Amino acid sequence: MHSFGYRANAVVTFAVTILAVMCGMASLSDNFNSPSPTADVKVLNINWFQKQPNGNDEVSLTLNISADLSSLFTWNAKQVFVFVAAEYETPQNALNQVSLWDGIIQSKEHAKFWIHTTNKYRFTDQGNNLRGKDFNLTLHWHIMPKTGKMFADKIVMTGYSLPEEYR
Amino acid sequence: MDWQGQKGAEIVMQIMLVVFAIAGLGTGYTIGSFPTMMLTFAGGVVLTALITVPNWPFFNRHPLKWLDPSEAERHPKPQVDVAAASKKKAPKHK
Repeated sequence: MHSFGYRANAVVTFAVTILAVMCGMASLSDNFNSPSPTADVKVLNINWFQKQPNGNDEVSLTLNISADLSSLFTWNAKQVFVFVAAEYETPQNALNQVSLWDGIIQSKEHAKFWIHTTNKYRFTDQGNNLRGKDFNLTLHWHIMPKTGKMFADKIVMTGYSLPEEYR
Repeated sequence: MDWQGQKGAEIVMQIMLVVFAIAGLGTGYTIGSFPTMMLTFAGGVVLTALITVPNWPFFNRHPLKWLDPSEAERHPKPQVDVAAASKKKAPKHK
């Protein structure tokens, strides 16, 4: 505290250290939030179901995705990244996960939504295992914070299946 | 600033910054607004800097007592003679 420069430096460094502690505590406060999101995905239509020239099955779906993710937004949430993945098992792979749709929700007001869409990304298999296949549709989300730890979780919805024959 | 003032300035700085940090965290969390916390703290940092960094008069209430000039003359600084650098000259005392 001996000169102007010394005191100015002391104020700035102490303030920045305290800022780091504040951000850590803001991130810790996210653990007090107990979110209760809901989601529902309906397969409205199988648009087409073909075997591609490279030998892989591909299917096009029309989905109705509705969800209420507003309880995920805390004061420390910047945005929520949400995606829907189809999950199924094949003889080659114990678990296949194919992302069908994703979106970014930037505020609590937009977190309760429904969307009627075809799959944004192609639902293609590694092989031709999709005929008559039962699969789950899982809604995953990543809560991106303003500072600190990112939380991720999912809701699994079961009971979907593909037709026995190509269309 | 004098020595007492320096100590006072340091204590005031530390307390003010911690108080503004807690106030910012508290208001931000209860209102649910992250920018509120940041702006409260930023305002607090500026206010703290304005109070503790410049050399205000209230930090100089215990000024150092320098020696009176007449007292100092009775104890002159020792003279070093450059021409007789090879010999060591004893300093004069009174």
